[in-house]
Amino acid sequence: MPDSQKLVVSFAPFWHNGSRIPERNRQIMLAALPAALFGVYRFGIPALGVLALAMSSAVLWELAFTRVAKRPVSVGDGSAAVIGLLFGMMLPATLPWWAVITGTFIAVVVARQIYGGIGANPFNPVSVAVAILMLAWKSRMDFDVALVNYIFDFPAVFPLSAAKAFGSDAVKSFSLLDLFLGRQTGGIGAVFGAGLVLGGAYLILRGIIRWEIPVSFLAGVAATAAVFHAADPARFASPAFHLLTGFTLIGAFFLATEDATSPVNLVPMLIYGAVVGSVAVFIRNIGFFAEGLVFAVLVGNLIQPLLDKIRPKALGKVE
Amino acid sequence: MTTKRPFWGFGTPCLEHTQLPRSLDRPDPVPLPRTLTVLHPRPPEARAVPALKIGDTVNTGQKLSLYGTADYVTSPATGKITALSPMPGSFGRSFTAVAIAPEMPDVFDGEFDAVHRSPSLEAARGLLAAIPGMPAWERLADPERPIKTLVIRCVDEDLLVVTHQHVLNARGRDIQNGIRILKQLSGIEDVVILARREAVQGYGSISGRIVEADHRYPAALTPLVMARLFGKVIPAGRTSEDMGFCFLSAEAVASIGAAFDTGRVPVAKTLTVIHKDGSLRLAEARIGTAVDDVLHRFGVAIAAGDRIVFGGPMRGVAVPSPAYPVQPDTDAILILDAGRAAQLTDYPCINCGECVRVCPARMQINLLVRYLEAGKYEDAEELYDLSACVECGLCSYVCVSKIPILQYITLAKHELARMRRTESPNA
Repeated sequence: MPDSQKLVVSFAPFWHNGSRIPERNRQIMLAALPAALFGVYRFGIPALGVLALAMSSAVLWELAFTRVAKRPVSVGDGSAAVIGLLFGMMLPATLPWWAVITGTFIAVVVARQIYGGIGANPFNPVSVAVAILMLAWKSRMDFDVALVNYIFDFPAVFPLSAAKAFGSDAVKSFSLLDLFLGRQTGGIGAVFGAGLVLGGAYLILRGIIRWEIPVSFLAGVAATAAVFHAADPARFASPAFHLLTGFTLIGAFFLATEDATSPVNLVPMLIYGAVVGSVAVFIRNIGFFAEGLVFAVLVGNLIQPLLDKIRPKALGKVE
Repeated sequence: MTTKRPFWGFGTPCLEHTQLPRSLDRPDPVPLPRTLTVLHPRPPEARAVPALKIGDTVNTGQKLSLYGTADYVTSPATGKITALSPMPGSFGRSFTAVAIAPEMPDVFDGEFDAVHRSPSLEAARGLLAAIPGMPAWERLADPERPIKTLVIRCVDEDLLVVTHQHVLNARGRDIQNGIRILKQLSGIEDVVILARREAVQGYGSISGRIVEADHRYPAALTPLVMARLFGKVIPAGRTSEDMGFCFLSAEAVASIGAAFDTGRVPVAKTLTVIHKDGSLRLAEARIGTAVDDVLHRFGVAIAAGDRIVFGGPMRGVAVPSPAYPVQPDTDAILILDAGRAAQLTDYPCINCGECVRVCPARMQINLLVRYLEAGKYEDAEELYDLSACVECGLCSYVCVSKIPILQYITLAKHELARMRRTESPNA
């Protein structure tokens, strides 16, 4: 048989739906943008500086590491930029530059690249970095200390710290609508609840994150907080307060939903979300930290491989 | 081709099996080319002298058994054998390519003509194994696995392919005749016609129970038809025949009907030709016609880097050369532009879970693919249900990392089967 012309041979399927990792990451950044921009509006140029430094240093760390480790350069897929942006959104606007780049080093290199890069990280990189910064530089990460020089037209106290120190009476002055619309102190991109919900809803509708995790997460927060509140209304704040303060909403839509560290099946997703939400409230109410949500995410990451053992029976599976 | 992902991606992708366009009512005949090549299912053997040699004259429909075994091909034309050469196939298979220079007019071989009036299973197995549609005689007549129900597949398994829908439309009489012969040969009473809803109306003339096939891909694949339409889940690693169901394509049944009607072994294959722009044509070509000759008939030019696929976009097999011949089971030829074929990457799985949600066999592909990438095929089968795969290709279709998941799965199944074959004589 003459081989006059050789063709390209590849394996089926020959079609693809066109989804791409860079596109996915662009959508996540787009969804995070309303909350991030609001943070810049609320906290000014220092917030912009932190966000810009976090994103650029995350990308550069990834570039540097892939070069040193002689791995294919992967910064183009946008996942380091997503880590940088989300990490920056969790920080107080006044965090010094060295703490920011240390944080992105932890997030990108320690929490992700040394495990093999994208998809291989066992823990959510942003949560790991924030957790280590909270342990390493406690007062720098304390929003009441960090934002002391700001003058706001609302109570300039981190709501969760107030609730932890003085009980639920101390936070009665916060209106829920104010909290939802970002009239509170906290992380640069974590204070604007409305923007985070908007971005999260967008990601759910675009099919980039699944509704199961945020919904069960928020349900876990609300249910656990409700039990505490019912047991001692004077000491523990209401469920609505917990839903709208601290890292709850950024955690529900952007941290707990990270692909590599969250389950994929329906039941495991629901359990995972509920566990993370519930543990977060436990830490807030009876733990050491006023806001320990990142530790709750890490606990969720820890049990994720176990949860993914709960799976539907495959077609024709013989027991 | 890259199909656009929907903007709102809340549900799973809905790909529909293609309906036969009304405008396609008859296939365009492909003229008899200067060379026809049939693939004998055995490679040339060093010590064995083939029963046929270059220069021998063969008749249309003649059984060509090169090495005195049960394997044979059917000569698609009358003419001289011009070449016998080895030909590699996919997954380690190899063939002997028998090239024939056809002459007109056809002289039909008499062997089948002599026996066709008294139909028997032996005659059918011995002479009609390589007819268009390739009926699975050995599965139909396996005493170990008696068949209770015969399913005539009048729907096509892959997207854009309309061959069997056309055969149902155009060759109702042959199908009717084929069903009668098959019932007579096998003694099977229960015959099911699997067809699309639109096709079901108006074909009351064909005797048999009619079952409507779902339009959504991959509902027409055998394991899913069995599970969803017949309520019988095929256990992993088994086949529909183990459950008493034998699937034959509409064209195979029509070929059987025509063969016993006329006494001539059918040699013309109906094909769907899928153009680069996705438009469809029907073609009728002798088995053994080179792809090139089929494309020439439709004025299709092939550029460097293009792909030619036997079958549809989800499950087809790419052929290495435009000289590759049409086989008895080639239902479609898909021409893919170089720039529009899916590209693969070596990116790792990011665990997004799209594959898990789209899998009709409910497999944990995100975990399975990790085992497959590491070559842990036995663990993949034991822990993550490798053998449950129905090979629809949807996992690769939705994979955001563009991992060749279906290729990994097919390779793993092939390797496991090969390992078991080499182990079993020693067991």
